[in-house]
Amino acid sequence: MQLTKERAHRYLTQMMQIRKFEDKIMELLARNIAEGGSHLYAGMEAVAVGAINAINPDDYITSTHRGHGHAIVKDGDLNALMAEILGKKTGVCKGKGGSLHLADVSKGNLGANGVVGGSIAIATGAALSCKMQGNGRIVVCFFGDGATNQGIFYESMNIAALWKLPVVYLCENNLYGMSVSVERASAVTDLSKKALAFDMPAETVDGMDVCAVADCVSRWAARAREGGGPSFIVAHCYRYYGHSRSDPRVYRSREEERFWKERDPILLFSEKMRQQGMLTEEDISAIDQETTRQIEEATRFAMESPWPEPEELLTDLYA
Amino acid sequence: MREITYRQALNEALAEELERDKSVFVMGEDVAIYGGAYGVTADLWKRFGDSRVKDTPISEAAIVGMGIGAALTGMRPVVEIMYIDFITLAMEQLNNQAAKIRYMFGGKCVVPLTIRTEGGAGRTLGAHHSQSLEAWLIHIPGIKVVMPATPADAKGLLKSSIRDNNPVVFIEHKMLYNTKGQVPEGEYTVPIGKAQVMRQGTDVTVVAYSRMALYARDAAGRLAEEGIEAEVIDLRTLLPLDIATVAESVKKTGRVVIVEEDTKTGGTGAEIGMQIVEHAFDYLDAPILRIAGADVPMPKSPTLEKLAIPDVERICAGVKEVVG
Repeated sequence: MQLTKERAHRYLTQMMQIRKFEDKIMELLARNIAEGGSHLYAGMEAVAVGAINAINPDDYITSTHRGHGHAIVKDGDLNALMAEILGKKTGVCKGKGGSLHLADVSKGNLGANGVVGGSIAIATGAALSCKMQGNGRIVVCFFGDGATNQGIFYESMNIAALWKLPVVYLCENNLYGMSVSVERASAVTDLSKKALAFDMPAETVDGMDVCAVADCVSRWAARAREGGGPSFIVAHCYRYYGHSRSDPRVYRSREEERFWKERDPILLFSEKMRQQGMLTEEDISAIDQETTRQIEEATRFAMESPWPEPEELLTDLYA
Repeated sequence: MREITYRQALNEALAEELERDKSVFVMGEDVAIYGGAYGVTADLWKRFGDSRVKDTPISEAAIVGMGIGAALTGMRPVVEIMYIDFITLAMEQLNNQAAKIRYMFGGKCVVPLTIRTEGGAGRTLGAHHSQSLEAWLIHIPGIKVVMPATPADAKGLLKSSIRDNNPVVFIEHKMLYNTKGQVPEGEYTVPIGKAQVMRQGTDVTVVAYSRMALYARDAAGRLAEEGIEAEVIDLRTLLPLDIATVAESVKKTGRVVIVEEDTKTGGTGAEIGMQIVEHAFDYLDAPILRIAGADVPMPKSPTLEKLAIPDVERICAGVKEVVG
């Protein structure tokens, strides 16, 4: 995939939006302004940004319990997403979904999910729908390493391969399902091998490198769009925060965390773009300032937004 | 009016909706070449082809989940779960996803998914092919639960279910497929959420649904010979429940017998009974009686299976006890 200055600018902007959005959520959680839980995407930005920029705006995605990053790139409305996480009326789901259920079907985000693996069949069905309608759209189905141990993963991948459905399964392997490492949860640690059972092509990609992710997804997306069927991508990445705010991270070492943070997707990409002359120091600084302003604005918007009216409790259940 | 079977009526409904709307498709285990385990989808595959009538692998969770994904993106899937016992394998997708998506997403989408399935005892198939799990389903806000008793209702309600913009679980009864009844020619639908008074009466209200509605009607016929006039209500839809029609009848008769095939504890009858208490308590002249399935896994032996579910004799005895 050809990298342009415009594209470089967008990648860095979106990665910084996600990072600052998540850092802000952590701050709001600590201050008890955000209630409930949130699973933060910080550290994994290159996956969502690379993958969603490799498909068309009218393509579909399904997301996960760690779904803020996907929603920020696919939906793009920082204010409505921040408000949703706080449960406000102005949220993208009118305050009824929250962090675990960010969705905007009109923009092709078929939803985050509170159940690990819960959206894999939904993505597969959306791909069937695209194929039946012949609308040329495809689906990118995000899930984590933990989801590859769920039964519905195998059911869905089998049918997608059998029917040659236009779906790219994208496993964000961040090494842990909550506290249990891939080594302790999966008999096969090279997760790409799981696609062999369905004769489905698989590729492992550096999920800390936004360009590598974009290249990889664009190739498999093109194949899906041309009728070549599904594929399985495993992106190696790392979540900087714990599973949730109450997680003391006893199952991993600070050394391991340092190792991954030295390969930070934002730092790596910024440095590479400087070297290649795609972005100047001034560009990067301007993106930094602008994204900080956007997140502050989203936070202000969300905090000042009203709560849903009591009547909202019983609306939107049935069409 | 012509008479056709419950199976034929369902088949007509599917064929007509497939013909009428290109977004409708049928998907499930053995629904295409074989025509469905109970023959409901017979010949649809020949007529509409692979792209609209699809055999799936044995993957209930994916069948329902893919139905959700297709429904969210412009299609109107009709998926089949061969036995309601197997819906247990798809409960995560049904309960957490299908039922909740519209509400969780702030009402900004629709999930026009029909899940056809089949339940009930009577074929001595044992504990994994004979259950009545409707009480599980009516506990899920966000879906509708439809259980027709007659061929005419089966056709009209299935068409309404397919056209509905919400997830509908449409539960057929395995012992009704060969039953015959009058079915109008041509286009008609039966509204979801409306009970039907099958027989007028003044002494007692018998509330039932699915196969038990037919038992209740037979029981009422026998009771009439003994001078007891039972009003029989076929609920037809369990969620949303047409409590208004039930309450209106109870206000007239003052006595209620609920007949249900599902197991008694935490069953559908408990909900119906409590709603009667909420809507018509002052009119009750006797305690509400439930005639329900035994609280056991369905036994294989035909003699035990018969004992495990209500029959006409038990309904007659129950009514006499309440009318007393």
